[in-house]
Amino acid sequence: MFQIFKGEKTINFMAWRKIAMVFSAIMMLASVGLVATKGLNLGLDFTGGTVIEVGYSQEADLKKVRDTLSANGFDDAIVQSFGSPRDVLIRLAPRNDIKAETLGTQLLTILNDNSDQKVSMRRIEFVGPKVGDELAEKGGLAMIAALICIMIYVALRFEWRFALGAVTALAHDVFLTIGLFSLLQLEFDLTVLAAILAVIGYSLNDTIVVSDRIRENFRKLRTGSPSEIIDISLTQTMSRTVITSLTTIIVLLALFLKGGALIHGFATALLFGVFIGTYSSIYVASSVALSLGITKEDLMPVEIEKEGEDQEEMNL
Amino acid sequence: MLNRFPLWKTLLITLTVIVGFLYAVPNLYEPDHALQVSGVKGRDVQLSTFERIQTKLAQQIDIKSASLEQGQVLIRLNDLDSQLKAKEITSQLLGQDYTVALNMAQNTPSWLSAIGASPVTLGLDLRGGIYFLMEVDMRDLMKTTHQQMVLDYKTDLRKEKIRYRTIRLLSEGVTLTFRDEATLEKALVLLESNYRTTTFRQLKSNPLSVRATMSAELLRQTKLDAVEQNITIIRSRVNELGVAEPDVQRQGDDRIVVQLPGVQDTAKAKELLGATATLEFRLADNRASSNNVPADSRLYQRREGGTVVLKKKVILRGESITGAQSGFDENGLPQVSIKLDAKGGNKMTEFSKNNINNPMATVFIEYKPTGKVDAEGKQILKKVEEVISVANISTLLGKNFRITGLDSPAEARSLALLLRAGALRAPIQIVEERTVGPSLGKENIELGATAIALGLAGVLLFMLVYYRGFGVVSNVALAVNVVLIVGVLSMLNGLSLTLPGMAGIVLTVGMAVDANVLIFERIREEIRAGRSVQQAIHHGYESAFSTIFDANITTLIAAVILFSFGAGPIKGFAITLSIGIITSVFTAVVVTRAIVNLWVGGKRVEKLSI
Repeated sequence: MFQIFKGEKTINFMAWRKIAMVFSAIMMLASVGLVATKGLNLGLDFTGGTVIEVGYSQEADLKKVRDTLSANGFDDAIVQSFGSPRDVLIRLAPRNDIKAETLGTQLLTILNDNSDQKVSMRRIEFVGPKVGDELAEKGGLAMIAALICIMIYVALRFEWRFALGAVTALAHDVFLTIGLFSLLQLEFDLTVLAAILAVIGYSLNDTIVVSDRIRENFRKLRTGSPSEIIDISLTQTMSRTVITSLTTIIVLLALFLKGGALIHGFATALLFGVFIGTYSSIYVASSVALSLGITKEDLMPVEIEKEGEDQEEMNL
Repeated sequence: MLNRFPLWKTLLITLTVIVGFLYAVPNLYEPDHALQVSGVKGRDVQLSTFERIQTKLAQQIDIKSASLEQGQVLIRLNDLDSQLKAKEITSQLLGQDYTVALNMAQNTPSWLSAIGASPVTLGLDLRGGIYFLMEVDMRDLMKTTHQQMVLDYKTDLRKEKIRYRTIRLLSEGVTLTFRDEATLEKALVLLESNYRTTTFRQLKSNPLSVRATMSAELLRQTKLDAVEQNITIIRSRVNELGVAEPDVQRQGDDRIVVQLPGVQDTAKAKELLGATATLEFRLADNRASSNNVPADSRLYQRREGGTVVLKKKVILRGESITGAQSGFDENGLPQVSIKLDAKGGNKMTEFSKNNINNPMATVFIEYKPTGKVDAEGKQILKKVEEVISVANISTLLGKNFRITGLDSPAEARSLALLLRAGALRAPIQIVEERTVGPSLGKENIELGATAIALGLAGVLLFMLVYYRGFGVVSNVALAVNVVLIVGVLSMLNGLSLTLPGMAGIVLTVGMAVDANVLIFERIREEIRAGRSVQQAIHHGYESAFSTIFDANITTLIAAVILFSFGAGPIKGFAITLSIGIITSVFTAVVVTRAIVNLWVGGKRVEKLSI
């Protein structure tokens, strides 16, 4: 049997609890501080404006593109290469004096007139300022709604201490991922927002597996302090945690390396989120539940659940 | 007996998987580049026309196949180049009475189509195409509606010989002032019976004044009608463009979503869809000069410079125009020949009969951005009216006549196009646009497919090495899972696959094995704890199930919220993620169990390959 964790000896996770909590608190504060000071590099979806991606037949000279644009009255254009050196991304702030639908075409004409290469349109995205605000508002609402719904579900299925622990862990993951995007000034757009919601889903998955085992062990093991039982549960679920993280990281690496520039931000957020989510389900979710004073009595079944043989017929 | 499914259960699972496979199969057949020809305004293409197209095309390019079905021609071609060439040839051959659209024609075998199987609809980011979110500008509409109210009230009151002092248009309503209480009462009775949906309220500040405002219901209806009318017109404009599967829909109260897959000439599409230009015909006022404008006339700018005074009364508007063709007049100058509908034709005949030798002006109206925005951040549009021609009516005009005075043949062409496609009821603004060129769409498909293949390969390899025999079982389940996701996506016709959607599939692949890992780790634990092989398998599946269920439900909650959040590019991700969660629980729990049961269930096994 090929195994990553033997699981014979209980690892004393909770001994590191205090240090981990301090570390997490500092990281969360740092993330908030970063967003407050450096801010987020918000993408077109939220700021409004125009993005046009053009393809040159050979390697594009970014400086020349910039000069051409500013000579034609587009001083504020942000020009960068995108994915490959032949593809150029031009970003413009919202303008009121030009019809949005003609802007892309106009830029393309200017670039074609001033280049000996053929410039082709690959993508134009325009988001009006009002729509941008709406998207940002909806995004924030989605995030809060997700957290609340999940909290309700976990509270109903488990216990309020677990629910609070789970949601703290999720908030922790969201904060840190946003903090990373602020630190590296990576573009934060709709796909990144989707990735963060997926991170919430993933991290929760992890937290639930752990919480489920803690609940089971509280009921099954006659002896042991809550902290010992949590340690035993974490140790038992450790190999599953690591394997699932590994397979998820495998696919995310594929997405990160081969998925193209359009979903780079998405893959980055998820990759980081999976690491953080794995950590948080061990140290944040369980620690919070423990700090809130979870005991054996809290988890004694009101109705009997999965004790095995006696309810065979209700499962599969 | 432990670990044996009854036969019906195994059969049911097999059947589910087979159905999923069947619906996924059409995706294996690559579609053909094709050309779709249909008659304008729903007319059928005749057999003779079909044969003409076929003969003409066959002379210059290779046709894969051609068919005439339900009045539409479908021509399949070998590649993109011949598709584009074929479009050019066919458009030239047929002229403006037919729409020639580029299309991708499915190659689903007929036995699969018979059960309703078809390939996955690709989103615009994978196919290339245009997505527009347009907002209908109601300000101008409100203004004209209120102006009409003023005119109507004046006519009604005059008819009944009720004297009024003033009827004026004030912001969001009309104010009527009378000389005395008695006339006001009389007027109120008349107006209230004539306009039931309008509220008339006496002003407190001035008891001799009445304020007329549209009821909320009427206001909403007027706006809705305007949006619906705009949608109709945008649809007919889209038809002019020749798009195979256009989608034009209302969103919310004042927005319209337009999706045009596979459009090659995006610049033209945008120009045509967003265009707000229309024409009006008015009589020039001979009595007036620019510094002496009578009350029933107005001063207009001429396009070539200078001004001209025109009557306020409109003879005809763009709405009456049913056909328009650009061309050249005897002097080689650009012109547009115009065809009117029956009502418009009668009006024009009547009018020209009484006005022979009087000058008639053609006014070109267009909405342009002012560079200013209002409090809500909406752009403020300005109505620009220019007189493009003033010509004496020399003969009786009927349904057909022509206008001149255009700058260039290009302008004549685009004006003709616009007139054919109809004038918008209220100006529109594009508030969101996502255009993807065809080459990028193709690249995106390749990128997505590579990522899925690579991710899948990595996970399959890992599971095989780590769990051996059971790894093979979970790998089969994982492969079935991917096929099922594709199958479900193909089954649900309203859904389309996007690049974020492909990312969702990749993520599902990584997370789907989680359920198997949970089960297999449980089985290993049970074996370690000294249970027999059969007992261990049984307990492993049983104990892991509630964990798997809880973990997936919560992820599903996140996915559903993501879906209802509903912003275009994200929706696709939420869709595949949701489908993937559901199918993965089925494959990872039910399908693997069925395989394991068939493999070891009820047999004497000493050691498991796990």
